Amino acid sequence: MASYKLDKSVKYAKSHEWVRLEDGIAVVGVSDYAQDSLSDVVYVDLPEVGDTVTAGEQAATVESVKAAEDVNAPISGEVIEVNGALEDTPEIVNDRPYAAWFFKVKPTSSLDAELADLMSAEEYDDFVDNLDE
Amino acid sequence: MLHRTPLYDTHVAMGGRMVEFAGYELPVQYPTGPTAEHHAVRTASGLFDIDHMGQFELGGPDADACLQKLQVWDIEQMGEGDAHYSVLCYADGTVVDDIFLYKLHGRWLIIVNASNRAKDWEWIERHLQGFDAALIERSDELAMLALQGPKAEQILQKLTAYPLGTVATRTAVETEIGGMTVIAGRTGYTGEDGFELYVPVDGVVAFWNLLLDAGKDDGLLACGLAARDSLRFEACMPLYGHELSPHINPLEARLGWTVSWTKNFIGRDALLKVKLEKPARILVGLEMVDKAVPREHYDIAVNGQVVGHVTSGMKSPTLDKFLAMAMVPAEYSALGTRLDVIVRGQPKQAVVVKRPFYKPQYK
Repeated sequence: MASYKLDKSVKYAKSHEWVRLEDGIAVVGVSDYAQDSLSDVVYVDLPEVGDTVTAGEQAATVESVKAAEDVNAPISGEVIEVNGALEDTPEIVNDRPYAAWFFKVKPTSSLDAELADLMSAEEYDDFVDNLDE
Repeated sequence: MLHRTPLYDTHVAMGGRMVEFAGYELPVQYPTGPTAEHHAVRTASGLFDIDHMGQFELGGPDADACLQKLQVWDIEQMGEGDAHYSVLCYADGTVVDDIFLYKLHGRWLIIVNASNRAKDWEWIERHLQGFDAALIERSDELAMLALQGPKAEQILQKLTAYPLGTVATRTAVETEIGGMTVIAGRTGYTGEDGFELYVPVDGVVAFWNLLLDAGKDDGLLACGLAARDSLRFEACMPLYGHELSPHINPLEARLGWTVSWTKNFIGRDALLKVKLEKPARILVGLEMVDKAVPREHYDIAVNGQVVGHVTSGMKSPTLDKFLAMAMVPAEYSALGTRLDVIVRGQPKQAVVVKRPFYKPQYK
């Protein structure tokens, strides 16, 4: 199978988002596997700052040459910042998936439980391997 | 069981991402990606495996008379080596298929869509009755490639002594290319200059590699179905199942230029009525005013009322705009008309713009 880049410093959702904690803020993007499956990304529809997002539910949409796909929030909370760079250069999702963050969430008290539901890089690698069977 | 073209193993070895299309396993893209493949065709050249297309041959004393009746273009205008786009219509004027015709050695080569191959064969066979003409399946002998883009001629010229500069757009020659007898038609489905090539099946893998090698310093890329679709879309060329179907007639699809009213053909009476009454709905080009990707089947609305739908839509790689083709009532077809495209439940504003989005660059 094809190999995908993994970022060991982030946690992964089964729906292929990653989340990185930076000073208690959850930074969210999509994995290398996700961008590769999507093919060339042409547009990203981001949430609004101030929106409340819920873990496992749709928060953004990523549109590729192939299809429109939901991007779920891996962590519940309030959106405090969105990545405006994706507006004009959505292709950075393909080029640098672990740098091209979508939005930042200020977590709620359920953060620890939600983090526990996510996968480590190693677990996600196995998860993706099994998907490709 | 899906069909495979003779190049299947080659595509896989090149890292092609294989998908199902019209019953065939074909590469939707190579590792270069659809956007890079698209740009290669606009600026240099691209090579496509299009062997899923069906190739029929029609011959016999009554072949011309039969073909006149079967399709809308007046083939009396075509001489030896000429090629032309046309449409097969049902009696009610809707579309059986859109086809490409070549006149070679006094016989007709009819290129049909993969998705309609069986249906077309049956349709043509049925209308051969009463004519002294025979339909022959050539798909298993001829493999079909497309070499497209401004550098297509110079790349192909490296493999043949035939002066390709003398081959006019919409004509074909049968000549030796790369040591094989190949039919080269100056046509395509990208809006660029280029050739569609009919190569003996047993030589097509070697021929594919010869072409890639000949074009390696000219920016030639192997291209998949995604680039083929975005290229034809920008040039506003119809794709059967999207802009054409058994529910759409050629006048609605703005293919009136293919219809020769001076001869008789199946569907003429129905189409003439549409022509005189003007089509009630028509295909338009749309450019998004609000940022959003319009996609096939999305509703088109006016003041919250659904009036039509998107037939094809995407972000145009060449023009860097969100564009769509849409079927709408004629009253909303004037350039500058504002319409909404319903994107995930939200109305997004679009405006009717001139077609084609990208003006074909033929020689």
